[in-house]
Amino acid sequence: MIGNYVPHGVEYIRILPEILLCIFGILIMVLEAVTAEGQKRMLGVLALVGIVVAFAANLYAYTVPGQAFQNVITIDAFATFFRGLVLVVGLLCVFASLGYLRRQHAESGEYYSLILFSLIGQCILSTANELIMVFIGLEISSIATYVLAGYFRDDRRNNEAALKYFLLGSFATAFLLYGIAWCYGLTGSTNLNEIHRVISDPGLRPPVVLTGIAAALILIGLLFKVSAAPFQIWAPDVYQGAASPVTAFLSAGPKAAAFAVLLRIFMTGFGSFSFRWAPLLWSIALLTMIIGNFAALTQSNVKRLMAYSSIAHAGYILVAITADSQLGIAAVMFYLAAYALMNIGAFVVIGHVAAKNERYVRIEDLAGLAKRQPATAALFALFVFSLIGVPLTGGFFAKFYVFRAALEAHLVWLTVLGLATSAVAAFYYLKIVVAMYMKEPGESMADLAPLSSGTRVAVWAAALGTLILGIFPSVLLPFLSYSASMLGRQ
Amino acid sequence: MDTILFFIFAIIAVVCGLNLVLQKHPISSALSLIGVMGSLAVLYLMLGAEFLAAAQVIVYAGAIMVLFVFVIMLLNAGSEKPGGKSWFAQIAGIPLLLAFIAVMGFVIETFLPALRSVRFGSFAGGTAREIGRVLFTEYLLPFEVTSVLILIAILGAVVLARKEID
Repeated sequence: MIGNYVPHGVEYIRILPEILLCIFGILIMVLEAVTAEGQKRMLGVLALVGIVVAFAANLYAYTVPGQAFQNVITIDAFATFFRGLVLVVGLLCVFASLGYLRRQHAESGEYYSLILFSLIGQCILSTANELIMVFIGLEISSIATYVLAGYFRDDRRNNEAALKYFLLGSFATAFLLYGIAWCYGLTGSTNLNEIHRVISDPGLRPPVVLTGIAAALILIGLLFKVSAAPFQIWAPDVYQGAASPVTAFLSAGPKAAAFAVLLRIFMTGFGSFSFRWAPLLWSIALLTMIIGNFAALTQSNVKRLMAYSSIAHAGYILVAITADSQLGIAAVMFYLAAYALMNIGAFVVIGHVAAKNERYVRIEDLAGLAKRQPATAALFALFVFSLIGVPLTGGFFAKFYVFRAALEAHLVWLTVLGLATSAVAAFYYLKIVVAMYMKEPGESMADLAPLSSGTRVAVWAAALGTLILGIFPSVLLPFLSYSASMLGRQ
Repeated sequence: MDTILFFIFAIIAVVCGLNLVLQKHPISSALSLIGVMGSLAVLYLMLGAEFLAAAQVIVYAGAIMVLFVFVIMLLNAGSEKPGGKSWFAQIAGIPLLLAFIAVMGFVIETFLPALRSVRFGSFAGGTAREIGRVLFTEYLLPFEVTSVLILIAILGAVVLARKEID
């Protein structure tokens, strides 16, 4: 009997990215102790190597798709895409952190270790096919980001961000865990395929009301993680307080992973009664778009503005999930990829302009950037246009696919209202562009340092990615539709 | 007999839970928490979850509570001052709580008889042997990955407790 439980070699290949990230994370922790003060930058480079190797392992793992370790994880196109996406996010953020930490004189190995470990959590979330695995992955990812948010311990706003994130995040995780417990009590299993089998079998099916409560509790936990309304209150304070590269990381990586889990649980596990949660998602998507876009209008702090904008983007993604179709799933995946690139790019530029200790984070502080550093300003403008959804940028096709999926699912009102709120969004985004190009430079520009090499790589790579997705969306689309067809029901 | 014991310990747990929230002094709250955990352990034991009951006593009522009390003493936390409560919580708090309990009670009362309900003493999978078997077969990967979670907790504590940034 025991023999059945001994994992095959191929199962180790399927979790190879996680194993490699773990090895590199521990290696960095050990080397931290023996690295001289001026050499800490090498640990960052080691983290970069680790992420690239894990990315290669992710592609290699896709050559042997399937489930592993008693079906707790699934490697398919969907999982491979999200695992790749969070690794790219991690890579860009480590590049951005290299320059940022040097400027703060805060280079240390723990920072990079925490990013690698957080990535392990997000990789697990992308592949998890089992609710206990989801919980552990979410905790790994979250606890690492709580610490990263408060990494600059002597900064008051960092402390505030970390504490708020930790308290509210733990509260949300408790909801998720309670939902998992309900689910186990009702179906006798935490495996998503098994849950699907039980709740779609008329003989075994538990009462719909109880299943609904379990699903709602899980949904609350996940909606918190993607900062959807009405669980969005933490996002502005945390995004504003945390250091810019960390904000870039936690606005893209954990969010993408949480959406991956959301799709996996609700398409695979609870797929058979999607019609019941569609009206709920419909209103949450609309509320999220409205709150995000209208609250952003009144912000004067750029990081806060971007936080509300990221809430609004979560709303657009929820529109595609509401569509509940293969087209919708593909749209979610495309949107998350485009959103990750443009959002990281924008936060990295904001962190660059903010100067040491993030003194300059108001919109006026961006004034005159086009005169001092035309290239940086042009790249920032590109990210902003992509966030608005101007053609030739990734953001355009992202919105296009989302709303096309919504229209094909006959969500006409949601589409109309969503497009209306995104027109409102153009107004506050353009304030940034106006400040950069049409205002005279102020005090902030006098302190502006040239772009450090790591930051430059991160910004240019993000810009290149945004343009490629905007001009040749077809590089990604066939793979996305294929992944969606694997995940979605017929 | 089982039902009587269940009610005794369930009531102790609920009363201790209420006391935990209502007490002003942190030490009193912490001691009430021990009551909650102890009576929960008894409930687990009655349901046949021996291992869980033992873990509850050793880990929660033992180790974690000692940590709680140490932290409270180290911080020298005094009585809680009556802070400003929001008007919404003051007006709607208790009615909403009662409504929630009523709805949950109704849902459970209406739908639960249809399920295979739990009987005291009918469950035999709660021994250390059974838990160990499941943990190292079906849940091998979650079990192993938990080590990363613990590693992060240690790393996070080191990061947040270090003296200063260079």
